[in-house]
Amino acid sequence: MDNRLIEILEEIQPEVDYETCNDLVDGHYLNSLAILSLIAELEEEYDITIPTVEIVPDNFNSAEGIWNMIQRLQEEE
Amino acid sequence: MLSLSSYFSVTYLALILPVTVVLYAVLPQRFRRLVLLAASYIFFWAVSEKLLVFLLAATCSIHYFGLWLADMQRESDACIAAAPKEQRKELRRQALRKQRVVLAFAIGSQLGTLLVLKYTPFFTSNINSLLQFAGSSVQFEIPAFVMPIGISFYTMQAMSYLFDVYRKIIPADRNLFRLALFMSFFPQIMEGPICRYSETAEQLWEAPKMQYQNFLSGIQRIFYGVMKKLVVADRLNLFIKNIFSGYENYDGFVIAVAAVCYTLQLYMDFSGTMDLVIGSGEIFGITMPENFKRPFFSASISEFWKRWHITLGAWFKDYIFYPMSMSKPLKKLTVKARKKLGNHFGPLIAGTIALFCVWLSNGLWHGAGWHYIFFGMYHFALILCGSIFEPFALKITGKLHISRSSRPYRCMQIIRTGILVCIGELFFRAHGLRAGLVMFKKMVTDFRLTTVWDQSFFTLGMDRHDFLITAVFVVFLFIIGIYQEKGVVLRQCLARRNVCVQYLCFYALIMFVVIFGAYGRGYVPVDPMYAGF
Repeated sequence: MDNRLIEILEEIQPEVDYETCNDLVDGHYLNSLAILSLIAELEEEYDITIPTVEIVPDNFNSAEGIWNMIQRLQEEE
Repeated sequence: MLSLSSYFSVTYLALILPVTVVLYAVLPQRFRRLVLLAASYIFFWAVSEKLLVFLLAATCSIHYFGLWLADMQRESDACIAAAPKEQRKELRRQALRKQRVVLAFAIGSQLGTLLVLKYTPFFTSNINSLLQFAGSSVQFEIPAFVMPIGISFYTMQAMSYLFDVYRKIIPADRNLFRLALFMSFFPQIMEGPICRYSETAEQLWEAPKMQYQNFLSGIQRIFYGVMKKLVVADRLNLFIKNIFSGYENYDGFVIAVAAVCYTLQLYMDFSGTMDLVIGSGEIFGITMPENFKRPFFSASISEFWKRWHITLGAWFKDYIFYPMSMSKPLKKLTVKARKKLGNHFGPLIAGTIALFCVWLSNGLWHGAGWHYIFFGMYHFALILCGSIFEPFALKITGKLHISRSSRPYRCMQIIRTGILVCIGELFFRAHGLRAGLVMFKKMVTDFRLTTVWDQSFFTLGMDRHDFLITAVFVVFLFIIGIYQEKGVVLRQCLARRNVCVQYLCFYALIMFVVIFGAYGRGYVPVDPMYAGF
């Protein structure tokens, strides 16, 4: 997994262990405002476009899920 | 001539639904779907007569534009796949731009029809007022259009279909009849729930074989809805009508009770209709999305709107809030603002712009009137305040060592949310914004219990018995709600019981409606409240 992704997540919501947490959305660690910030940062950092259909808990519940989504979108670009 | 104006009418419950159920049960699968489609169009004709043409036009329009979008997508995908990798991004951008033009045209035709029919008189009368205010003698004639019932609901379904095809969530449907059934399914066309194509189109077209358990479960759900409507919504009607139409004559206490009663009535009428609608679907083996999830157990206004008219809130979230807040300019704003204002207030600016549009649309969706816009803005302001003050509330409760998950704190939040909701519904029901403001002012400045002491309170449309029956029923629903909040599915528990117990409960439900239903002399049934929106 990319270290920069963990840095971005820690900037947005510092009080979470992103290596282990797998209920970031369902556990309310990331609220809708945090998700908006995260998407904006990810698009800028990884030069991708995250369409609205990708905003589902499965993609944002863990750092691994987010990273998988980034890689998938990079391949599709 | 077949005519009906409500799902609770005898025409629906004793004619259209039973005849459709019998035909559906006896015919083979390839005819069952046609039975549903024919019943849907007959129902719509009975409700809106020749205005059926609007529904037909909307269906043909989304069928055509859906296929157009799909063809464009197929061509562009093939072109992108054949192109060198470095050119693909640009090609994709160009293709999306072209598709967006077609989508805008398709959405414009749906939304345009709704705007013209529903809002022209409102906008024209406001323009006239402005012209008069400016001293001009020019006045436009205010047109009077007749709207097909349910247009606000099926237009939302039509638009969601187009957006979903554009987003490639669903394939465009080549079968016009399947799309027509998705758009017109008779139990939901008048008051929702607003279904997505992916939720109901396939199951409707599949037309599953009727099952005894589904039939029984559907009938139970229908009676539950009838009970809410007949026992509470209709019982409260006369009292509410009296107070809201003659509010000048009553003190703040009476108005406060009327606001609470109206909130209850709206819930009982709309959620009761949803029980009837979803129950009707269950009889045919069709699962429709739920529209209510015990909204009066909400701890905040934001949570309330995730539990009340759920399919409308989800529509606004998916097709207005996220696309707006994730648009390029707002994303740039989020990145910049976050660096200056921090993690909480940074993204709040873009979120607020999108939220404003959601609540303006929500207010206008409910009706063309300033009090509806006020209703939307009221909820926008409350949700925004909730977001702004959240960090401070966290700090204060932390310093005071108050556990936010404790039961007393949660109860306090639920009561506060209930009061705020009732105030909002007061403006929603009032005859115009000015009347709403006067009623609210009376509630605050003229709160007296005189009418209770001199007993005149019980002559305003509801006597002691009516209040008692309403209170008992509300407590009954509250207890059921507590169990449901704990995750107990009461109907599943009942289904596991002995058949005698099941039928006993069923008959008890019927008897309850027969004995305590507010019908006959002295009662005026409430019109379907959401069908008019």
